[in-house]
Amino acid sequence: MEKAYKKYFWLFVLPTLIAFTLFFVIPFLMGIVLSFCKFTTVTNAHFVGLSNYIKAFSNKDFLNALWFTTKFTVVAVLTVNVFAFILAYALTRGIKGTNLFRTTFFMPNLIGGIVLGYIWQLIINGVLAKFGVTITADPKYGFWGMVILMNWQLIGYMMIIYIAGIQNIPTELVEAAKIDGASKLQALFKVTIPMVMSSITICLFLTLTNSFKLFDQNYALTAGGPAKKTSMLALDIYSTFYGRNGWEGVGQAKAVIFFVLVGILALTQLYFTRRKEVES
Amino acid sequence: MKAKKKNEEPMTMEVSKGTGAVMTVILSGVAIAFVVPIFLVLMNSFKNKLYISDAPFALPTAETFAGLGNYINGIGRTGLVAAAGRSAFITVCSVIAIVLLTSMTAWWITRVHSKISSVLYYLFVFAMIVPFQMVMFTLSKVTDMLGLGNMFGIVFVYVGFGAGLSVFMFAGFIKAIPISLEEAAMLDGCSPIQTFFKVIVPILRPTMITVAILNAMWVWNDYLLPTLVLDSDAPTIPMAVQYLRGGYGSIDMGAMMAMLVLAIVPIIVFYLSCQKYIIKGVAAGAVKG
Repeated sequence: MEKAYKKYFWLFVLPTLIAFTLFFVIPFLMGIVLSFCKFTTVTNAHFVGLSNYIKAFSNKDFLNALWFTTKFTVVAVLTVNVFAFILAYALTRGIKGTNLFRTTFFMPNLIGGIVLGYIWQLIINGVLAKFGVTITADPKYGFWGMVILMNWQLIGYMMIIYIAGIQNIPTELVEAAKIDGASKLQALFKVTIPMVMSSITICLFLTLTNSFKLFDQNYALTAGGPAKKTSMLALDIYSTFYGRNGWEGVGQAKAVIFFVLVGILALTQLYFTRRKEVES
Repeated sequence: MKAKKKNEEPMTMEVSKGTGAVMTVILSGVAIAFVVPIFLVLMNSFKNKLYISDAPFALPTAETFAGLGNYINGIGRTGLVAAAGRSAFITVCSVIAIVLLTSMTAWWITRVHSKISSVLYYLFVFAMIVPFQMVMFTLSKVTDMLGLGNMFGIVFVYVGFGAGLSVFMFAGFIKAIPISLEEAAMLDGCSPIQTFFKVIVPILRPTMITVAILNAMWVWNDYLLPTLVLDSDAPTIPMAVQYLRGGYGSIDMGAMMAMLVLAIVPIIVFYLSCQKYIIKGVAAGAVKG
């Protein structure tokens, strides 16, 4: 049978493979090569060794973006997951209106990043107007603005995953805990939370990569202002490419560094999920 | 109906009626907080642009009410109607192409055991973790060189860049389909093409819906890729919204609010009409991805 299938490579694989090669493999390889070159278009590139990487690592904006992204990611991951778990826990108690609540909390997740950015710009600027400033007056405003935005967008999504996790817990376990005289709080920490660890791992990494790679929301909400102080990594790479002539190579080097960081996060996730599979 | 039944199953620990009522009240408060931002945008879209930035929480009055002025002005300036058409075209075509092509590819590389298929599989998995910024510049150059910088060409770009995740998801489900089904089809005289479309596709339907929804959300909301690939005078919705920012960071807030409303409405309609699939699809996608 495999032999019969093999003959159909051209039909089943080739179309995807051509698109994949043109729009992923080639751009990726070119990207690696160009990170060691100086260029303004692809055709006038010449080799400059590690100089782009040295420039990237000594670039104040890049280091600031790296720090800002890290801070933002930590705060966003913690807040989103705590709130999402609380909501999921509340929505699995069989109370009235559960479905309506679930629908409402999930909705912001479908709205695109650019639109989200402008919605929150309106609200945050409206609040700050009482103090006579705007969101780009202080990097603090942009930071917390993005944290709030991210919570609004992602809580519903993570909540859905937590709900699925909590509903998969065998009822006997909780019954047994009840009979043994466990209080509600004890049941939560000794039964529910340990039993949804795999959902927690998934949600932690989903929020982690989503926050780390954030671009649209950042671009629309503050555009990096004031003075690039609220630029995250993805936005900093973008503005290095398209906002600074002659720095395309540095932009590409920054992009490679960014890719390596995201890759490390993905490998860590793989390590944790694999380990869990072995345990269970 | 199904969802309702789930709630009636004994959960981890049900609360008493009194606690339940208190929780409903608290959750209603949270739900209102979730809806207020969208309501504010809607309300401000009917106000004169001068009264938005400083007082977004004030209801429109006779003095500040702008009627449909912001909508007319905004649509005129951004060409949002045409942009919505373009967004719809690109999303529908890309999603169909991605679902069809990547499911076929995933089936082939799962069923055929050769070096090529395992190399391809790992390449697709690898592609999933590469952030767009890594290929952003070179991808837009390749698209330019091939003359694909239009709303037809961008469909191929989405297939290529989106192949990784979709192939990975399909492959995960195809592995679980017993091969005996295909052997039986083969004995009945099905060609591989018939086997795929008559046996595999019906089984893959739920996965196809999941993949379609995840990709539709991505393509419809995508900003950066179309900005780099498409002509700036033929924007998609997110691009058209971004154009309102204009030079020096000044924004016509009235037009902006109206365009945000128009950008959100189709999403909410889509969400409410196939909510069940979306929530399931997103949860399934998260578990696999």
